[in-house]
Amino acid sequence: MELKRIRSAVALSVAAASLAACGGGGDEGSASGDDVTLTYWASNQGTSLENDMEVLQPQLDAFTEETGIEVDVEVVPWSDLLNRILAATASGEGPDVLNIGNTWSASLQATGALMPFDDAAMEEIGAADRFLAGSLSATGAEGQPPTAVPLYSLAYGLYYNKAAFAEAGITEPPATWEDVIADGQKLTTADRWGMSIEGGSVSENIHDVFVFAKQQGGDFFDSDGKPTFDTPENVAGIKQYVDLIQTDKIANPSNAEYSNGTEALADFASGKSAMVMWQAAAGSLEELGMDPADVGVVPIPAPAGAEDVSSIVAGINLAVFDNTDYKDEALQFVEFMTSTENQIALNKTYGSLPSVTDAYTDPAFQTEAVETFKSILDDRSVPMPAVAEESQFETLVGTAVKNMLAEAASGDEVTEDEISEQLAAAQQQLGG
Amino acid sequence: MTATAPARTTAGTPAGTAQVPAGAPRRRRKRQWLPYVLLLPVLVAELLIHIIPMLVGVGMSFLQLTQFYIRNWTGAPGAGLDNYRFVLQFDEASGKALLHSFWTTVVFTVVVLACSWGLAMLAAIWTQHAFRGRGLVRTAFLVPYALPVFASVITWSFMLQRDNGVVNHVLVDQLGVLDERPFWLIGGNSFWALIVVEVWRLWPFAFLALTAGMSSIPAEQYEAAAIDGAGVLRSVRWVTLPNLRSVNQVLLLVLFLWTFNEFTVPYTFFGKSAPEQADLISMHIYQNSFVTWNFGTGSAMSVLLLLFLLAVTAVYLLLTNRRRPVDA
Repeated sequence: MELKRIRSAVALSVAAASLAACGGGGDEGSASGDDVTLTYWASNQGTSLENDMEVLQPQLDAFTEETGIEVDVEVVPWSDLLNRILAATASGEGPDVLNIGNTWSASLQATGALMPFDDAAMEEIGAADRFLAGSLSATGAEGQPPTAVPLYSLAYGLYYNKAAFAEAGITEPPATWEDVIADGQKLTTADRWGMSIEGGSVSENIHDVFVFAKQQGGDFFDSDGKPTFDTPENVAGIKQYVDLIQTDKIANPSNAEYSNGTEALADFASGKSAMVMWQAAAGSLEELGMDPADVGVVPIPAPAGAEDVSSIVAGINLAVFDNTDYKDEALQFVEFMTSTENQIALNKTYGSLPSVTDAYTDPAFQTEAVETFKSILDDRSVPMPAVAEESQFETLVGTAVKNMLAEAASGDEVTEDEISEQLAAAQQQLGG
Repeated sequence: MTATAPARTTAGTPAGTAQVPAGAPRRRRKRQWLPYVLLLPVLVAELLIHIIPMLVGVGMSFLQLTQFYIRNWTGAPGAGLDNYRFVLQFDEASGKALLHSFWTTVVFTVVVLACSWGLAMLAAIWTQHAFRGRGLVRTAFLVPYALPVFASVITWSFMLQRDNGVVNHVLVDQLGVLDERPFWLIGGNSFWALIVVEVWRLWPFAFLALTAGMSSIPAEQYEAAAIDGAGVLRSVRWVTLPNLRSVNQVLLLVLFLWTFNEFTVPYTFFGKSAPEQADLISMHIYQNSFVTWNFGTGSAMSVLLLLFLLAVTAVYLLLTNRRRPVDA
């Protein structure tokens, strides 16, 4: 029934769009006036949608005061954001400025719905070299003007529980993946596991295995953008992840059904696990009641001799909808949101990293944890594949990994041959 | 209660029908346009809400509608039958997955239908004759149907969690029926868990329909059966079931269509991607269009599903309607 509703909604919006197109040009008369109102779709970064409104509203008021441009903000939950953007793309009726998950950049770029930030546009919002190079690499396909600019930057780190480590007699955080496994086995006791993972979540799975595959030198797309899923390196990367439950036994098999994006972190916060791979989690951990003194974070280590990759370039990008009537005003707003002052204020509240280098002069971003994450973003992170099929790839491979974890959790063996078969099947489903 | 039933069914044929067309023919002709005008809003709404979207869906299945073209979907290149060819290549992974999902859904539907209908029948027979507290029992039976789907299904998924769920707590810790904590949300069990949830949600509707149907069965028929020496089973077989024939005909069809198309329950229960063993067809189609942005293949699958359901419905109606005059 839901599907039917979605389908009719899409069709209706298409119909509405064509009606609007027929009567087009009616209400654009006052574009040059002072009373411009921009529509802004913000993603959910805070603890709730209301919290986001509270954080954003003062900034938007300041913008209105400065420029006379009103901003009508709507915080869109993550579960809806992509669908909303797709619907807006199909109908041509969307916001003026919007947030996108940075891994969607290349896919959305291919739709042509977002305004390319060519040199002129970049000039208008400052300069491209204001931004962190790592974050700027996740703004669209290579060789094309960025389809968005980085707004909040994030990276994965390996969080560990200092108290649990001390109790198990481990003095140093793990430096190689072999250490992670050895430490994890020491840390695993009757009421604690070495590590927790969000094994039922398609997006967490794909981010983790992508990094592991990269450490092995694997690639899911070649330089021409052709899929190359089924390679020994990718198989090894996925095996490394599944083995957390299957062979190393440092993760609870129940983790395979964790899918709402909070359970693995909650286990870590409550001491049920001693390590977790997560993006900027300090704020959430404190909210979950964990003593900040116990929280340590290091880059996710690679196996000895493998490539030193420890995270994807994660984060949120800011884009301008190409159909907007107010391109100049939209760019002014982008400039405002990425100004040093705002980057400091917003990222401090959200616990993410600023996307512009100047913001790091603020003392709030000179803590040990922030330095760790900044070094991960600068030197040890890779963008997700910048190809149009990126979101298909995430879904297909992430789902396959979820099913393999489920198998391993139920006690069936997941062999390299099977991983290879699953990857080949995922690749076949990509075409079509 | 029982006394009013015969009165209703034996109420005579409408006696006053002959008087209705007494008005002058001229006035009638003048007014002939009125019914059509009154129907017009409904027709337009029906067209906008049902027919056009359906046609758009069918049209989309012949387009190569990927993210490159959703912005200007009229510019999407024609795909001919390529989308259909792609989803129907059963020797490749995509076709195999669709076929697997189809059979999963068939088994799911048959089991859910059998359980919901059986349960509803038992409950309806039990509450057919008045007893103390019958109203309460009936209300209690209807609760799952009255609860919001999302809230109740999410609660089920919490209850069925492996480590913290109440189901495993009862089965393993309290009753000791099982030694190992089984998974219910992933793996093979997830299929059966989904069936339990779906039956739980669906059977009250069947119960409601059957109860309504039974309330119009004349009490004399049961009395006559009792005099002839029929027990409960025999009177169910020879009085209740034949009287419920037309109710059952519609009920089973509706239950079948709902179950086969079920999306909300698995989507709430499993999230964006269902385990392989419980990959129902509507979830599969959702994954193949909205999640992977390939609206052409998604539409092709939807059209195939539509054709299949149409065929089943047609055959079903043909078979059940043909037998009716013989029975009567």
